[in-house]
Amino acid sequence: MRIRYIVSIILLLLVSCKENNVKVQEGVVNVYECPMHCEGNKMYEEAGVCPVCEMDLKLVQGDSVKETASVKISEMSIFNLNSRWTNQNGQDLHLKDLQGEVLVMVMIYTSCKAACPRLVADMRNIEKRLTAEAKERVKMIFVSIDPEIDTPERLKVFAKENYMDADPWMFLRSTEENTREFAAVVAVSYKEISPIDFSHSNIITVFDQHGEMVFQQEGLGVNSDQTVKHINDAVLKLKKEL
Amino acid sequence: MKINTLRRLFFIGCLFYYGIVCCQSKGMVFIEGSRYIPLYGRDSTVVEVKDFEMDIFPVTNAEFLKFIALNPQWQKSKVKKLFAEENYLNNWLNDHDLKSGVNLKSPVTYVSWFAAKAYCECMGKRLPTIDEWEYVAMADKELRDARVKKSYNQQILAWYETPKTYNNLIGENSKNVWGVYDLHGLVWEWTLDFNSVLISGESRKDVDKDSNLFCGSAAIGATDLMNYAAFMRYAFRGSIKARYAIKNLGFRCVKDVN
Repeated sequence: MRIRYIVSIILLLLVSCKENNVKVQEGVVNVYECPMHCEGNKMYEEAGVCPVCEMDLKLVQGDSVKETASVKISEMSIFNLNSRWTNQNGQDLHLKDLQGEVLVMVMIYTSCKAACPRLVADMRNIEKRLTAEAKERVKMIFVSIDPEIDTPERLKVFAKENYMDADPWMFLRSTEENTREFAAVVAVSYKEISPIDFSHSNIITVFDQHGEMVFQQEGLGVNSDQTVKHINDAVLKLKKEL
Repeated sequence: MKINTLRRLFFIGCLFYYGIVCCQSKGMVFIEGSRYIPLYGRDSTVVEVKDFEMDIFPVTNAEFLKFIALNPQWQKSKVKKLFAEENYLNNWLNDHDLKSGVNLKSPVTYVSWFAAKAYCECMGKRLPTIDEWEYVAMADKELRDARVKKSYNQQILAWYETPKTYNNLIGENSKNVWGVYDLHGLVWEWTLDFNSVLISGESRKDVDKDSNLFCGSAAIGATDLMNYAAFMRYAFRGSIKARYAIKNLGFRCVKDVN
């Protein structure tokens, strides 16, 4: 028993500071994808077969990987966060993968009965009011503050119930720690007040295609003129840059 | 009972061994978990804190210098703005030296939540939760829960009135019953879930809760409003953002115990 203790402690030590290095190297490591894109743009870090069509995964040519990596991420970009997220389809992604689109993000949890339905309604209203060209370049994203309950399956059900199981809608969850970190970035406060209930601030955040925050709408059912305007503007800016 | 004592002895043995071999749990003390009602928090809800270890002292400038030498992404000149505002390490001259008059043995301040979190993770530790921090901080020299004592609250409030304590050195205040120093009397400290405090920006207004900004905010109120010191800590936490770097805000780490 004592030995087990010591070994685990030593192991812990070995792991601690090296984690970051490993992550950095990940960028260099080869990436694989299904040739049929069964799961969209899902990438694998190891060779193997696609779980859907069972075809051999093919190596992604260095160019495309390098291309995205070479786009400079600004210091204030949320793409600096290395956290890994899972969407309602069970696909893993990093926030960086969302680069190139205007992101509208809000933190909710699916078992919420009070504010969240209103937040969902607010998001829906905002989306409705966007210009046609803006709609094509926007992702409307719900981030769960309750990763324990909000499994990808649960998010999927919630998405379907709300007729949001398609673009531009997206639902994300991660670990508790990554969620706390994301909340810290968007200045959302939340606290679990019972296993199925949270208090949380109601903030809708708009990020441009580089992951920089351009606007925050605070409160429920507030006038969202400014939010809509900022999203449309961000899309115009995005198109100019192309 | 016997098994518990044995386990405790064994744990202390491990701590000792660990301390000699590799310098990790060195500088930490064991905190026995329990249940308590926070000074200010959910309406008379009991909070459970598991066993953990806590740093005896807040992290010093000297320790943070070492960390930064090995992790240049947290240097004053390199840190990403998303993770720290301009004020970051404001009392440092550059990436390697402190400004004159700033002591190596003083707690590091002007650090953002991200930097503090990264430091702890690098040491194989983490930031304490609010519940953990408050749990240890409610002790004084003699009692694990000294909140009922008048002197306990008076001392803390006296500190809040004392200017510039962040320039003092660590370990100058007396340790509490756990063997932890400086939870009060030196600097305020980051907690992992500081952003779980829901006080709106305008809680000074007559309206005590901003129901549009927060969902369920009525559920969070004071369990003991007489505890003004704790109220101030929670209010402070509710008012800061993760990238802030503040003159009198430092941190220490904790570690889970299996």
